[in-house]
Amino acid sequence: MSILEIHGLSKSYRQSSGELTLAVGNITCRVEAGEFVSFVGPSGCGKTTLLMSIAGLLAPTSGRVLVNDKEVTGPPPNLVLLFQEYNKSLFAWRTVLGNIQFGLEARAKRGADADRKAHSLIELVGLKGFETHYPWELSGGMQQRVAIARALAYEPEVLLMDEPFGSLDALTRLELEDALLTLWAELKTTILFITHDIEEAIYLSDRIWVLSRRPSQIIEEIRIRFPRPRDQVTTRAERGFMEIRNAIYGKIRN
Amino acid sequence: MIGLKRFNWQGWSTFGLLLLLWELGSRSAPKLQFYVPPISRVLSALGQLVVSGSLVQHLAVTLGRFLAGYLLAAALGVLLGLILGYFRGLHGLVAIVIELLRPMPSVAIIPVAVLMLGIGDSMIVAVTVYASVWPILVNTIDGVHHIEHVLIQTGRTFGLRRRKLLRRVIFPAASPYIVTGLRIGLSIALILVTTAEMIIGSKGLGFFIMDEERAMNSANMYAGILVVAALGYALNRVFLQLEGRMMKWRHGVAAGGAM
Repeated sequence: MSILEIHGLSKSYRQSSGELTLAVGNITCRVEAGEFVSFVGPSGCGKTTLLMSIAGLLAPTSGRVLVNDKEVTGPPPNLVLLFQEYNKSLFAWRTVLGNIQFGLEARAKRGADADRKAHSLIELVGLKGFETHYPWELSGGMQQRVAIARALAYEPEVLLMDEPFGSLDALTRLELEDALLTLWAELKTTILFITHDIEEAIYLSDRIWVLSRRPSQIIEEIRIRFPRPRDQVTTRAERGFMEIRNAIYGKIRN
Repeated sequence: MIGLKRFNWQGWSTFGLLLLLWELGSRSAPKLQFYVPPISRVLSALGQLVVSGSLVQHLAVTLGRFLAGYLLAAALGVLLGLILGYFRGLHGLVAIVIELLRPMPSVAIIPVAVLMLGIGDSMIVAVTVYASVWPILVNTIDGVHHIEHVLIQTGRTFGLRRRKLLRRVIFPAASPYIVTGLRIGLSIALILVTTAEMIIGSKGLGFFIMDEERAMNSANMYAGILVVAALGYALNRVFLQLEGRMMKWRHGVAAGGAM
């Protein structure tokens, strides 16, 4: 049994002109527990729509999503979606600590144990000393760290990430990629990651699904076998890294 | 609004200067002193009224009616506003009614309220609720409509559903708009309480002002007006203090008038 199964998922929209457009077309795949998998595709290929459907926030036009063998009809309790727009998804009226506690409160966890957990997560994402800051007082990279810690506080079995580092500067991005891998190795969460950055997908993932342009379909599955823990210098210098990148790029371009 | 603010010497000097002009102007025209008695005489009348306790009673009555009406309007406006803001279908059903009723000058409802509720406290409170609920309701609805979609989706992906979502995400996210509505509602509530007291009522500051006017006792009338003015000022200060404390997260300092 796979932790996440997607069967023939498609999603179409009615445009303002009344025309029906297909954003996601017939996607079938499965994710095993503990895996780190990525969807890579060109911008506007319906990746966000796909993720929203998996998260139970959008009803698919056809097809089914199963989490732990249970069909998704609304947001599943063991899955959380992390949005790209950290500045919009954080609760501005809560401090860093408060935002992370939200993830625990959503699981009805309060009290001393929850507090300890929140503080350990703050330490884990490297935000010690910023507990009482409000989101607007933090940089973009730190805000996304808060969002990640909040999601992890919820202890999801599956974490969906929608281009989480897409609007960060290049250096912050590398830093957060490593932070994410460390957390993933420690917490054994299953991660389904979406990005348009091919190298980021290769660096992070066990498997990559390459998506076509709209309506998005899986046009290739690639298994990444570079050893873990990965390293921004040596992994990216591995023999084969650029070949995979070029192969994926070739697929997407066509 | 947060922490200590420097005392606004210039502002208060202007105020003092106007009082001085009032005093001098009134003294230089004795024939008009019935209409505008010198401020010193108004203040001494105020002092006597305070000592005798009668004005304090009227103040307490007005404050009680104000609080009952305003707090009821706040609870009603925020609750309904959150629900109507969140469920767009419901809002569609009542949007036209709200837009038609809201611009009507609220004092026009006073005769209706008298007809239905008589001339007691309940009528004054009802009129106050009716008048001050609109800005609170409309701003709350507006606030909910302005919430980032991503924020609501975030609440949902964390498993929050309707009631919890409304309480934990939508209410705080809309609170800047709600506070604006509450601030506007505050002034309106005070206007309506005073006006209703002037028209009916046998107690309260509005009644007192009218009564002293009819008794041709203009110094007392002005004293009553001063008390209403001070009440409005004090309520506004209390509101701003609370707002400053609760909305601290809004970029540290919210904008506020100088003291």
